[in-house]
Amino acid sequence: MTVTESPAVVHSPGAPPPDGPLCKGRAIVIGASSGIGAALVRRLVADGYRVAALARRGERLAELEQELGEAALTRVHDVTDRQVVPVLFEDLVRGLGGLDLLVYAAGIMPKVGPQEYDTEKDVAILETNLCGMIAWGNEAARLFGSQRRGTICGISSIAGVRGRRGQPVYGTSKAAMDHYLEALRNRLDEYGVHVVTIRPGFVETEMTAGLGLRGAISADQAARGIQRAIERHATVRYLPRRWWLVAQIVRSIPSFFFRRMSI
Amino acid sequence: MGVAEPKHSYEYVEGWGMTSGRHARVFRPRDVEEVQRCFALAREEGRSLTLRGTGCSYGDASAPTAGHVLDLTAMNRVLSIDSERAEADLEGGVTIEQLWKEVLPRGFWPKVVSGTMYPTVAGAAGMNIHGKNNFKVGTFGDNLLEIDLVLPSGELCTCNRESHADLFHAAIGGFGMLGCITRVKTRIQPIHSGEIEVRGISCHDLGEMMEVIDGLTDQADYLVGWIDCFAGGDSLGRGLIHHARYLPPGADPEPERTLRVDFQELPGTILGFPKGEVWRILRLFNNDWGMRLINALKHQAGRVEGHKGWYRQSHAGFNFLLDYVPNWKFAYGRVPGRGLIQYQMFVPAESAHQTFTTALELCRRRGYVSYLGVFKRHRPDPFWMTHALDGWSLALDFKVSPGGSEGLWKLCEELTRIVLDGGGRFYFAKDLVLGYQAMARAFPPERREAFLALKREVDPEGLLDSALFQRVFDERGGYSAPSPVCAVPRRA
Repeated sequence: MTVTESPAVVHSPGAPPPDGPLCKGRAIVIGASSGIGAALVRRLVADGYRVAALARRGERLAELEQELGEAALTRVHDVTDRQVVPVLFEDLVRGLGGLDLLVYAAGIMPKVGPQEYDTEKDVAILETNLCGMIAWGNEAARLFGSQRRGTICGISSIAGVRGRRGQPVYGTSKAAMDHYLEALRNRLDEYGVHVVTIRPGFVETEMTAGLGLRGAISADQAARGIQRAIERHATVRYLPRRWWLVAQIVRSIPSFFFRRMSI
Repeated sequence: MGVAEPKHSYEYVEGWGMTSGRHARVFRPRDVEEVQRCFALAREEGRSLTLRGTGCSYGDASAPTAGHVLDLTAMNRVLSIDSERAEADLEGGVTIEQLWKEVLPRGFWPKVVSGTMYPTVAGAAGMNIHGKNNFKVGTFGDNLLEIDLVLPSGELCTCNRESHADLFHAAIGGFGMLGCITRVKTRIQPIHSGEIEVRGISCHDLGEMMEVIDGLTDQADYLVGWIDCFAGGDSLGRGLIHHARYLPPGADPEPERTLRVDFQELPGTILGFPKGEVWRILRLFNNDWGMRLINALKHQAGRVEGHKGWYRQSHAGFNFLLDYVPNWKFAYGRVPGRGLIQYQMFVPAESAHQTFTTALELCRRRGYVSYLGVFKRHRPDPFWMTHALDGWSLALDFKVSPGGSEGLWKLCEELTRIVLDGGGRFYFAKDLVLGYQAMARAFPPERREAFLALKREVDPEGLLDSALFQRVFDERGGYSAPSPVCAVPRRA
């Protein structure tokens, strides 16, 4: 039987180390064409990671590829196309020569009117923000659990903390994502795998453009915070970190008042 | 096409001892058609396929080469239990745990179980495992009535002692090189209680242990010896025998209570610690001094137990000693590349005492003392590549750490020569150190040849492969395999 290319050998007898001396790690970033995802890809590459960057919008990815050169591998991928995830994941891990980090940064937040109840639109939010996370998270969980090493990072949101009137399903998707990530963390802890939940507050991205967020940090600042959270094996990290306090306060408001507030 | 693509994922696949492994695509077929489809997919892609159950083989029996992995665990239906004839018909991915939980309430126990309940029955058949009752009931294969084998061609072949007897005797213990075992039909043991009667017998040395065990083989149902490998001189081979027997009808006043699965469950805590965390504590003792202490304490506790006489224990509690502490292997390290090997020697009765004495002394001299020594009595069986013989086995656990295993591998090579000089054999479910030349001496040439000829016949393209097969059947190989060079991945 002809044996074709050898997949990423980690430590079979006599095998060389999978990565060169300059590689700090190997990462997949999903949702890399703009905002936090794109900033994070740039940061990781600058820091010595080999990165596979995935996004729906090909032209944005092409720009990123041109900018970053060989250190980043790019693929056009629509996270709602879950069928392709197992094969694509395998392909990327083989291409990177292994995997240490998976970041799920894909997310949408369409405008929702105060009296709008559009099921189709709502399900589309869940498909992108939640189901995509699960599809990729499951693949990574299996791989990281089996190699007893790795970090899964999900970019959630402060919006998942309470069910606010403005974005019922966006908030739901993030709350569910938090729940999923926490469960993964509890499952995988025994196997040395870290799961980091990032809850950004106000970050200037395309998604939040036009919302007039006051005191927002830049996507680059957010990316720096995320990288630090990953390296320190944080569990839940608010960005900027003072949003932790905001979250505690928001969480403690009794429903009786909360339902009368405009936040 | 019609046939659904079998589910697959990309994972790190390693032997149970964690010392070597690689990333591979893992298929998890759910029925025979999907197994056949896996073979077809591998053929189309020009890749090999490594068969795997729950990955309980210590060495590299289910570790892939450059190809894909076929993991049978999703094919795990209990097909039927025949209480009249004391038979169980099972899909290959059914685990021993599933089997005992299924048959116990009906008043049965599996004929042969390993020290852990997690292996699949297909894996148990493929590796032809044994238990603490090998001297009495033979190996797992001895108690099989029939197996279904999906050959690499896709043909489904039902094999038993009458029909396709060659395949039956070669595939059992044939470490997954001839076909995928998708169904096994096995005998089961009628029992009259969920408890078993056990007593400990403390022994001062190896000679005494062998004498005692030999004196008990006609009355015991299970016999197993534990050896403190740190003891030397006059105490060499000191340890504790566990002698167990099934309860006769009527001896258990309330069998309906003890024959329940919840009666058998292993304790949730050990000395007050939640058992899931106990490996972290064991890790503190996972060095020569810590283990010397634990072994010495265990020997003293064994002497006390020896005076206690008969006591009763649940079947699961008695048989599945390895499952008391979940993930205890992580005490040897959790990062891939750190782990353990189990070196198990099978030696004919006439040379056993001499061989084991030399072996234990050699380990002490070389500074590699096994943290756990397990001693068992065996009997021969008719399977082609079997490890079973009329004699004894001693299993030794050694810690492997990256970069530090060269000396250990040298020791194993010396041990291998001693065992082969004594006419001994090895067991593929455990082995990670044999090279081609040692294997060629361990197994009679006509059996080896017949096995390879049958493999060429049913698998002309060499679709079925494993790290084990490459290691021990590559004629370029030496006496022992190279020690693993562990490039421990750096943290991201």
